[in-house]
Amino acid sequence: MRFLFRTSHRIDLALFQHSGHLLWYGLLAALLLAAPLVLDPFYLGELAQVFIYAIAGVGLMLLVGYTGMVSLGHAAFLAIGAYAHARFMTWGVPFLPSLLCAALFTGFVSMLVGLPVLRMTGVYLAIATLALAEIVEQVLTHWTSVTGGFRGMRVPDAEIFGMVLDAPRPFFYVCLAVLVASMFAALNILRSPTGRALVAVRDSETSAVSMGISLVRTKTLAFTLSGMFTGLAGALFAHRIGHLAPDAFTLITSIQLLLMVVVGGLGSMHGVIFGAIFIGLLPQGIALARDVLPQGVANLPGIEPAVFGAILIAFLILEPDGIYGRWLKIRRYFEEFPLYRKDTFKRQQRFLTTERLQ
Amino acid sequence: MSLLKASSLVLSFGGVQAIKDVSFEVSEGEVFSIIGPNGAGKTSIFNAISRFYDLDSGRIEFQGRDITEAKDYTIAALGIARTFQNCELFEHESVLKNLMIASDVHRQSNVLRDMLFLPSVRRQELAAREHIEEIIDLLDLQAYRYEVIASLPFGVRKMVEIARGLCLRPQLILLDEPSSGLNPEETEDLVFWIEDINRELGMTVLMVEHDMRLVGEVSHRVMAMNEGEVLTTGSFDEVRSHPTVLEAYLGGEHG
Amino acid sequence: MDGAQFLQVLIVGLSQGCVYGLIALGFVLIYKATEVVNFAQGDLMMIGMFVAFTFLNVLGMPYWLGLVCTCASMALIGALLERALIRPMIGEPTFAVLMLTVGLGFILRSFASSVWGADPKAIHNPFSGEVLTFGDVSLGFENIAVMVGTAMLCIALGLYFRYARIGVSMQAASQNQLAAVLVGISVNRITSLAWALSAGIAGFAGVMLAPVSLIDPQVGFIGIKAFAAAIIGGLGSLPGALIAGIAIGVIEQFAQIALPTGLATASPYLVMLIMLIVRPSGLFASVQRKKV
Repeated sequence: MRFLFRTSHRIDLALFQHSGHLLWYGLLAALLLAAPLVLDPFYLGELAQVFIYAIAGVGLMLLVGYTGMVSLGHAAFLAIGAYAHARFMTWGVPFLPSLLCAALFTGFVSMLVGLPVLRMTGVYLAIATLALAEIVEQVLTHWTSVTGGFRGMRVPDAEIFGMVLDAPRPFFYVCLAVLVASMFAALNILRSPTGRALVAVRDSETSAVSMGISLVRTKTLAFTLSGMFTGLAGALFAHRIGHLAPDAFTLITSIQLLLMVVVGGLGSMHGVIFGAIFIGLLPQGIALARDVLPQGVANLPGIEPAVFGAILIAFLILEPDGIYGRWLKIRRYFEEFPLYRKDTFKRQQRFLTTERLQ
Repeated sequence: MSLLKASSLVLSFGGVQAIKDVSFEVSEGEVFSIIGPNGAGKTSIFNAISRFYDLDSGRIEFQGRDITEAKDYTIAALGIARTFQNCELFEHESVLKNLMIASDVHRQSNVLRDMLFLPSVRRQELAAREHIEEIIDLLDLQAYRYEVIASLPFGVRKMVEIARGLCLRPQLILLDEPSSGLNPEETEDLVFWIEDINRELGMTVLMVEHDMRLVGEVSHRVMAMNEGEVLTTGSFDEVRSHPTVLEAYLGGEHG
Repeated sequence: MDGAQFLQVLIVGLSQGCVYGLIALGFVLIYKATEVVNFAQGDLMMIGMFVAFTFLNVLGMPYWLGLVCTCASMALIGALLERALIRPMIGEPTFAVLMLTVGLGFILRSFASSVWGADPKAIHNPFSGEVLTFGDVSLGFENIAVMVGTAMLCIALGLYFRYARIGVSMQAASQNQLAAVLVGISVNRITSLAWALSAGIAGFAGVMLAPVSLIDPQVGFIGIKAFAAAIIGGLGSLPGALIAGIAIGVIEQFAQIALPTGLATASPYLVMLIMLIVRPSGLFASVQRKKV
């Protein structure tokens, strides 16, 4: 077991707290950078999809995992990012500025819609975001001159540094780069006053106020940041699917994004990555499982959503800390072997007390 | 000189008057306690000062400045910290982070700078940490720095909450029943902590407390309340022997 | 629009609104009793429709018997779901339970399309196709039936909560589970009961909706409008949910005539958002700051 011996306050500020971290993350980076040299383009595409999910996950995690606000309509921000990017590109804006503008635009829109919505809490907020997503879907379908309506719009080919972006390799690298940048930005936020304000609001609004944190400002900020990251993911997603139509951004998409942060493990950025890998690979896994299962079961319609639902429920009941939480427990088991006690992480019986007053 | 001045506070919920015409002044540097039976309106006064409740009428001044209409989140930056009866800490975070959140009140933060973690942010983080370490040393919390609040015993949480209040670097700290839920030894220690806070850090303390021994040992002045009204204000001994107080509150217990 | 047309649209809106109101009622019932937000409420209604289809069309039961059997079996399903999925989550954060019911919705939809197939179905009832005519106003009998049915169910529920102690116990359990346990209220029983009742109501809503709408696994999505209604009513209020549901139904029908399609479809949500901006905690409820 490693014991972190802190010799300076600087250590608590570092992103990599000891050389072990550096080693493993370095190795991971090298692997990912080398992947396009060995992997089949199909798998590169799938990996890029995982990266895109993870970028959106960073946004959603800031909101759900760190600020404690549930959004059931995040597909709307994904859509806004995607459509905005495609629009900017058709107007001839080059790829990178367009990407940035799409993110900023989505952030701006989410701030605007956030202003009225954020006066609500809990369930009210969840359903309000759901309603927002429905409204955005209607806008996408019926504002034909901008969005192409039902038939949607084609995403223009992009070029970056003279390479055609839509080839698997450049696209893979671009997604990876954007993910790493988003991750750094999010981690930096989390270790500075802005991020601490978010968790303060999550854990106790009363206390946060008495610590000088403005609830409205902090929540609006969280919503804006979340929208920005999700919009960024949306812009990349536009290139991934090539053709935008409203049915790519439905309630199911929103739920999928939420599933990612819950299954990955709320309140940790590791969880985002684990969750993204999980929902990125799940369709493949189900396809594989279909081959193994008996004909009758495998051909049932709608087995995919059922598996989704079942996994979500299993995680909530059995492992609320998500994959990352499970990983911490497994690691602890090996570190302390053979001294590990089974009830180290035993959950206490908890009772719910309402926060509402009547 | 009076640091906090409350004049003719009136506060009611529906038809019930929680505070009826309460006035008091807290001078700079003193330990001022409010005592009274449950429902006397003590915590309501705190909530009015913290601006959680809007007063029906009356006026609260802090350092000569009217804060009756101030926004609730500006109170901390003005120099008033508070603790809560049942501990309102940031449960899922470490002690260190709880204290950092408090000390952020005096920082001008900016998302963009934070996102890039510019050198200025790093410098401020380290400076804030230095200050927090002083508070940790003062209240003997070294062992708990990296512990998550949810895993700490109640007594320690209470201390963390006081520490968090101190990290706001306030002129005035409001302690809402600091001894509730503590065992006798912990309450004993509390006497020293409150004296330290008052003398070493030079903070004015306004306290709501039920434990008469604690009140007697640390308070310079005491205000007794019952049913939303002030019974009397004075030194602990004066208040203790005041006939209406005896009748309303101390009764047979100390009589 | 002349008076006759106005009345016709109003009646259709009212009957559609009754269904929203019923779903919202079940939603609020569970929320009030257990502070759980049941996002599968619409899907429970969808299951109710299929169960009714099985009783009426497959087994050939008479309508009224089918209605009773549907409500009873839905109540049983509700209690079983609670036992299997919600019970283990007692005391967990509201958000976790909310996500769980979202997952439950997915499973129910897949289940329905596996068992009954994905193509739409319809059930016969004694009123199908009959039309009441007053002068130049002609009203579908099934629309009237929905309203009458809803009114009867609401009276029954009202009496039940008025005269049964269980209503008070439900309130207590929702506010502080530990305290409720300490004063001898069985939180488990309350939770089961709330789920059974609200699934039963969902079943009833399903039977009511079936004649005016086709039955398919996606029909549960109208639940989202019902949630909007529950929010407008202020989550803590049963009559509020019903009234808001009816209002949403009427608004939606009129919006479809008066406004362009996109705006009409979005109208329930727009109404909800505007409502929430004006009164952030709904029409009939008051949510205050946590007490410290």
